[in-house]
This record gives sequence, C-alpha cells and structure tokens, in this order.
Amino acid sequence: MKRPNLASVALLTLLSASAAQAQSKVKFEFWHGLTAQLGDVMEGHCKRFNDSQSKFEAVCIGQGGYDKAEQNTIAAYRSKQQPTLVQIYDAGTVNFMLSGAIYPANQFVKDFNIKTDWSDYFPGIANYYATSKGDMWSFPYNSSTALMYWNKDAWAKIGKTKAPETIEEWFSDLRKMKAAGMECGFAFDYDTWMPLEQFSAIHNIPVATKSNGYDGMDAELVFNKTKFVDYMKDWKKLLDEKVARIQTAQTGKTKNQAFADGTCASMLSSVADHGVIGATAVPGMKWGVAMLPVYEGFKRQNSLVGGASIWIMQGKSKEEYEAAAAYLDFLAKADEALWFSTVTGYIPVRNSGFEFLKSNKFYEDAKYAGRELAIASLTATPTSGNSRGIRLGNFTQIRAEIRAELEAAFTGTKDMQTALNDAADRSNQILRRFEQTFKGKSLP
Amino acid sequence: MDKRVTFANLWLASALIAPQLLLVFIFFYWPASQAVYWAFTTQPPFGGSNEWIGFDNFKQIFTDRVYWNSVSVSIIFSVLTTTLSLAIGLMMALLVDRRLKGYSVYRFLYFWPYAIAAPAVGLAFRFIFAPEAGFLSAINAFYPNLWNPALKGGDALALLVFANSWKMGAYNFIFFLAGLQSIPRSLIEAAALDGASVVRRARDIQLPLLAPTFFFLLMVNITESFVDSFGIVDITTGGGPARATDIMVYKIFSDGFKGLDYSMAAAQSIVLMFLVISLTFIQFRFVERRIHYT
Repeated sequence: MKRPNLASVALLTLLSASAAQAQSKVKFEFWHGLTAQLGDVMEGHCKRFNDSQSKFEAVCIGQGGYDKAEQNTIAAYRSKQQPTLVQIYDAGTVNFMLSGAIYPANQFVKDFNIKTDWSDYFPGIANYYATSKGDMWSFPYNSSTALMYWNKDAWAKIGKTKAPETIEEWFSDLRKMKAAGMECGFAFDYDTWMPLEQFSAIHNIPVATKSNGYDGMDAELVFNKTKFVDYMKDWKKLLDEKVARIQTAQTGKTKNQAFADGTCASMLSSVADHGVIGATAVPGMKWGVAMLPVYEGFKRQNSLVGGASIWIMQGKSKEEYEAAAAYLDFLAKADEALWFSTVTGYIPVRNSGFEFLKSNKFYEDAKYAGRELAIASLTATPTSGNSRGIRLGNFTQIRAEIRAELEAAFTGTKDMQTALNDAADRSNQILRRFEQTFKGKSLP
Repeated sequence: MDKRVTFANLWLASALIAPQLLLVFIFFYWPASQAVYWAFTTQPPFGGSNEWIGFDNFKQIFTDRVYWNSVSVSIIFSVLTTTLSLAIGLMMALLVDRRLKGYSVYRFLYFWPYAIAAPAVGLAFRFIFAPEAGFLSAINAFYPNLWNPALKGGDALALLVFANSWKMGAYNFIFFLAGLQSIPRSLIEAAALDGASVVRRARDIQLPLLAPTFFFLLMVNITESFVDSFGIVDITTGGGPARATDIMVYKIFSDGFKGLDYSMAAAQSIVLMFLVISLTFIQFRFVERRIHYT
C-alpha cells in the first residue's frame, strides 16, 4: 500500500517542479522587422532557441517591417517599454549609435561573458556596423548583398551561356535580346540600394564625402557628380528604348515577380530574395545569379552588406540580459547559421559559419547554388572608404528624396542631371538638419 | 430674443460634462500642446535634450519647395474629392429618395463603402487600377500608357480622388438622404400638382432645403480630405510618383515617422491645424450666413 503512494507523491512533486520551472523561465523580448515568410523564420529562430534549453524563453514579436521596428522601439523606449533585443536595419544604425539608449555589444559580451570572436565576422560586414574606433556596438544578423538575377533561357536566345560581367556587355546583351524577341530585358524599381549604394561601392566611388559619412556628421552627398549619373542616364536610355521596364507594386507586378514569371530577363536584387525566386519561378525556367556588373575600366571593389543587426537596449533587468546573452550565444552557433541560410537567402555572417556551410556541401545543392557569389562579392577586396558602407544621418529620408527625384527623371518630367542635383541638394539639407537635431554630438 | 437654457446646479452640470472634457483634454489639448512644444524645439528621436530654436522649424518649412508642393497637392486633392464625393452622394440620394423600384436595397448597399477601412479601399483601388494587371489595364491595350498611375502623377492623384470619393460619397449619401426625407412630402406633392418636373422640384425645393446638410457635409469633407486621407495614400501610392500625391498629412507622417524628425513633423501639423481651423472659420463666417435653417 505504501509503495504506490510514495510513487504518486514523487510523481506529483516532479510534475509541480517542472510546472514551477516552466513558470520561472526568464522571458525577454526580441523585436524583429521582417515580415511574411522571413518573419516566420524569425519566429522559428526563437522557437528553436526555446526548445533547445529550459531556462530562458525568447518572446519574438514582429513589428511589421524594418522601419516600423525602428519607430516602435523608439516609441517604446520613450515610454520605458522597450524590448531587450531589437533587430535594426542598416540605415537605422546611426540613430541607434547616437541614441544613448543602447547597451553597446562589445561591453555586453564582456559583462555577460559571451564568447565572441569579433574577427570571425567577415570584415566587410563587421566594418559596416563598427564605430569609427572599430568597436562593435551591435551584432550583425541577417546579412545580404546585391546580385544580378539573370534568366538563362533568355540569354540562350542570343547564344550566350554566361552572365555579363561588364555593364557595357549587359546592355548590349539586352538590346540583342530585344531584337531576338524578348520584350523586357531588365526590370527595375526606384530602390536606391542597388543602383546607388551598391553600384558606388563596387566602382569605388563616393556617395558622400568623409568616407560616406563614417568620418564625421558634416559629410556632404556627391553622388550627382560621379559615374552614378551616367549609370542612371543609361538606365533611362534603356527605358526609352523599351528594353527595360519599371516594375513596382503600383504598376501591378514588382521586379521580383516580373523576373520570376519570366516576363523580364534580368534584375538586380538582394541575395535574400534567392529563396523566394526559387520558390516562385515558373516551373522549368532556368535562371541564375551573378555578381553585379561593373563598367569597363573599373576594378571591382567589394559590395556592401545589407540587412540588419541586433541591438541590446538599455534599462532591462540582469535576468533579462542573461537570457538575451544566451540567445545571442545560440545564434552564433554554426548549426544555426546553416539552418538560417537554408530557410532564407541570407548569407552566414561569420567565416566559421561559411566554412561550416561549405563543409556541409550547402552550395553544391542546386537549390542554393550561386549564393556563394554573395560572399565572393562582399569579400572581393578589402573595404575602402567608399565601400565600407554608408553612415549618414536620416538615410531613410535621403533614400526617399533620391527615389522621388528618380521617379521624376524616369517618368520624363525632369532631366536626369537636374533631378540628381536636386536630390543631392535636398539630401544635404537633411544632413544639416540632422546635425542641428543632434547638436553637440558626434559619431562614436 | 435669445432663448437660453441655464442650469441652476452648476456642480451637477460640471460633473456631467467632466468626462467629455477630460477626453478632449487628454486626446486633443495635451498632444496638441506637446506638438507646439516640439515645433519650437529640436527633438532627437530617442527624446531627451530639446533645444529651443524659436521659429526656425517654420522657417525651414516655408522655404522648402517640397512643402509647398505638398500644400498645393493637398488643396487640389481636397477640392476634387469634396466636389466629387458631394456630387456622388447627392445624386444617389436624390435617386433613392424617389423610391424607384428596389430603392431599399440601394439604400442599404450604398452606405457600405464608408464602412470599409481606408487602407482596404486603397488596396482594392490599387489592384483595380493597376496599369499592367488591373481591371483598367484593358484601356492600355487600346492606347498604350494612357493610364499609368505608377508613372504619371496626374493619374495617381486621380486614383486617390476616385478612391476617397467612393468612400466619402457613401457617407454623404446617408446624410443627404436623411435631409431629403425630412423635407415635408406635401411641398413636393404640391409642386408636382403644379406641374413641376422632377428636375425642377429638385432644383427649386429639395436642394435649397438641403442647404444646412450641404454646409455640414462640405465642412466634414474638406476637413476629412485634409487630415484623414493618410490610409489611402499610404497603401495606394505612397506619396509618389515624384511626390505627385504627397499630401500634407502624408508628408507629416513620412518626415515624422520615417525620417524620425519629430520637430519638423510637429511644426507641419501645427500649420495644418491652423489651415483647417481657418478654413472652417471662413466657411462659418461667409458660407453659413447664406444658409437658412428651417
């Protein structure tokens, strides 16, 4: 009679202990800015973490977009409701550096004993997010760079099996394809990331003075005086010859959709879209990716990293920080890099992760083949002042100004040079305004 | 002689209006005073060190041609939307009021668009009017690029005007219909007996008697189109192409929330607030005088 009793008591104790443990799990919030399928992957990362251990619980909350993640974090910080970790996109880096609201990553890893080898990060990625002294204040997370997507079937029509390497070759291919009956050779939208930021980096030409802003907040935009102007004029020519097309959500199809359904033979986009294109391309369509083409007479520089990094916010409890530290430690594992690159098009941010992917024959799988070109493009050369990144105040608005002027130029209401001059003038006003708002502060 | 209702018990009266006043204070005066404070300072995104800069924010706004562009876009948008939506509402109300066959179904259905959230309206119109894939893309097959709101500013603005008028027309319809139904039937019947045609009755009896409703709707529509059309713009055009649909509210949103320049956005909302207040004032001062309430 006694035995079963004991057993049931023991069982009860066990049960209540595990229930108490579940309750005492330390929770922390991680806000992310990705949506749709990529948003699910973010939640997936949290779930994998929560399943991997029993002490901590990551609560992942999507904010509905990169810009909203930034806005909401600011609003939350102002009312003292900020999350412990937040994913902030490249263009928001300056705001967070100057905010005084963050816990610098390099300090955090010391305080919470996370083993971190900063030199394991690809230099092109680490340099982008580092302070002027080379300190890392955030953890590079989902990273990408731009590639050219090309339709092999369309190129086969003009008897070519290789992607063009120079811009001249690319444009002449497009015109030949047009003659061979390909209605749309190239689809683009008004996003400045590919034509301005990546283009300037790989051609080693400045977007702004002072190493694109890294050397001081008094930088000025100079893109209206560089090869970029010729590039845009060439795009306009292609548009007028009806070789290229503008494809946005407003026209009915985005450039990605127009490429995936075979309407347009090429486009420039992030490697992060590699998975989506693979999943949505019409069955049987042969396509590939290539490094962004460069103009003849230019030596290829490294391209820029895009994406986001994880910031730690100030003002949370020690327990929450410990939980966040465990999460950051978890993300750094090579297994996680492999999983992340499998379910998204993002590239590993650490050399060790890249090696692990290679040793797992990741890039030999036809589904993922070509993504290694993103790494090759990012690491083509050591970074220069022009190819380290862009660190300009309120860069989101600067992008919007350039976009608005490009819209005017591509739709023919303004001459390209005038439009870009206007864009540069307006953008410089934004930079001066930013200096005024952050008077007395300087970039760390 | 003015008739005035007075309360002997002031305490009770104050207690009764207190909740309402509190709401108005919390949701209007308090944020508005914050906005005024921000408009005269520089406010960093994460808060903290506001610096007093006087009228500098306003100076920067008024010397900015992009700002003036958004003012003129707003005015054009407001005039077109108000005209079109009042016309749609009035026309439908007059027709339904005639009690043609099936009018109760129409009366029920015409109100629906107003119940749809603005972003949903924007999304629907964006799809319908998409130049390549939309319903209207058929006209581009006859005459290439005749309709392209993605590339042509005028088309984009027209698209917004359609979308907003479609929604507001429904709202106006209900008010016009209520106004029409409160007109004594005997007046209309008398006119009919005197041989007045349908159009004549509408012109000489119904429309003049609708003037108070019309005035009310005019004000609501103008105010609405200035301050409340953000949802449609954001989803449908995003202010483009080339700022052709960058109305004042949308510019406030993009400067404030996308650009994180709260002070500049605050200054712009102060300007917008005064613009709407002065428009309302002008309407009460000059238009309302001509209206006779029955």
